[in-house]
Amino acid sequence: MSPEEFIPALYIFALAAFLGYLVLTRVPPLLHTPLMSATNAISGISLVGSIVAAGAQHNTVGTWLGFIAVTCATINVVGGFWITERMLKFFKSKEEMKQKPEEKN
Amino acid sequence: MEYTIAFSYLIASLLFIYGLRCLTHPETARRGMHAAELGMLLAIVGTLLHHEIVSYEYIIAGFIIGGAIGALMSHWVPMTALPQRTALSHAFGALAASLVGIAEYYTHHGHLGGFKITAISLEVLLGSLTTTGSLIAAAKLQGMLPGAPMTFKGQNLFNLTLIVVTVGLFGYLIFNPATGWAFYLMMALAFVFGVMLVLPIGSADMPVVMALLNSYAGLAAAATGFAISNNVLIIAGTLDGFSGFILSIVMCKAMNRSITNVLFGAFGSPAADAGGSAEGEMREVILDDVATQMAYARQVVFVPGYGMATAQAQHVVRELCDSLEERGVTVKFAIHPVAGRMPGHMNVLLAEANVPYSQLYELEQINSDFPNTDVSVVIGANDVVNPDARDNPGSPIAGMPILEVDRSKTVIVLKRGKGKGFSGIENPLFFKPNTGMLYGDAKESLAKLVHAVKEA
Repeated sequence: MSPEEFIPALYIFALAAFLGYLVLTRVPPLLHTPLMSATNAISGISLVGSIVAAGAQHNTVGTWLGFIAVTCATINVVGGFWITERMLKFFKSKEEMKQKPEEKN
Repeated sequence: MEYTIAFSYLIASLLFIYGLRCLTHPETARRGMHAAELGMLLAIVGTLLHHEIVSYEYIIAGFIIGGAIGALMSHWVPMTALPQRTALSHAFGALAASLVGIAEYYTHHGHLGGFKITAISLEVLLGSLTTTGSLIAAAKLQGMLPGAPMTFKGQNLFNLTLIVVTVGLFGYLIFNPATGWAFYLMMALAFVFGVMLVLPIGSADMPVVMALLNSYAGLAAAATGFAISNNVLIIAGTLDGFSGFILSIVMCKAMNRSITNVLFGAFGSPAADAGGSAEGEMREVILDDVATQMAYARQVVFVPGYGMATAQAQHVVRELCDSLEERGVTVKFAIHPVAGRMPGHMNVLLAEANVPYSQLYELEQINSDFPNTDVSVVIGANDVVNPDARDNPGSPIAGMPILEVDRSKTVIVLKRGKGKGFSGIENPLFFKPNTGMLYGDAKESLAKLVHAVKEA
């Protein structure tokens, strides 16, 4: 990574941090647990790095480390979104509750 | 092809931000998650087209195994076990970031520039310490390790040496990127440091630690983005890192403590109770009287704490809430930010028990409402309703924002026994004239109350 690459990357980091601050401070405490699992799933995007490491076949060690990384990141992507959806289904307004009073999740 | 991949990443980034933006309200939250899922799919498909990839068998094997484990971990885990499950996923995310960094170093260590080695080292440092730290946190939350702070003699000196050596190696690597031993030793020390960081932290402080580990895992992913020059990774990792950071600040404020105090509080903290104004007799009440009071009240507020979750009482609480509402009683739930073992945990538990979210009130919303409340029912909560935090500057929890249940007309505290509870701090609320104690298992008492309210 050269300085020419590093500085734009730093811009992206700074802007993402600022945007993150603006967006995430507006999430109510009601949804803080789903927020945590959702950001967990989203940061499973490190999968894209793992995929390249696992598939590039530079050397055996790299491939195996990449394979484990793909597995771990996939656990987070699949598991993170899955459990977030499961949680969000619980949150119902009073009206929804009256429509289907005894619906089991 | 390069452009296809780059565009898939750009769209993924936008969809992630949109998805998180939708989490500001429960009505839009699920739509947002679908958008984020679509973004993830696009990014993965885009990556599979990467020119460096020559074989797919390991990638597909990883997808299948990881997908299966992820599904297993999410479909059947009970909501009470969410904290340890989330801690585990922080560990997985951090490990993935760390391994990509190690693979990158192993493959290219001969020719790494100063910027790149800095990024890789940060990634491996944060990733490794978060991996072991999260595993310890999960073990504590699961009860496999004792929840109390674990300390030993010379721990401070040991940790300080560990930090100095690790940072020293980091600095050395920036100028000597090709020194393999320094890199691997730094990695090993980071794994050890993760253990040392979480061991001395008690269970009650877990919400902060969870949020902090969340933040580290995200920053590790962002550092990966720097290391492999991947913008979507920088964006997603930064969002994750900031979300964790904001949550840890929220949690610290809710306990009126600083992050340093949480992390290093176990060392040399005053063990003795600082006096307190808790004197007099606790007044025990009879269940039928409580039922009558509640049945004829205008407003009842439930204050659930972690004790409610451990007693698995949330469903009975909802039944009680239903039978009260049938009689025309207004029922509200007051949720303290640190109720539960992770941020927002109590809300999920109550939502699962079919309590509509409009009945869940935050601290700021409900405190002004307590004087209009006839009966406040405290279930398995203690410190978050301790009036000493507000009135007694000498209290160990002085300044912590509390739910002011003592301002309601009557307070009923459901408690297992007469003990001091988890933190060992005396609670003067229990001795106030308008407080009644209802001893016994919370779930049983509540079930009896449901019955008695129907009879009343």
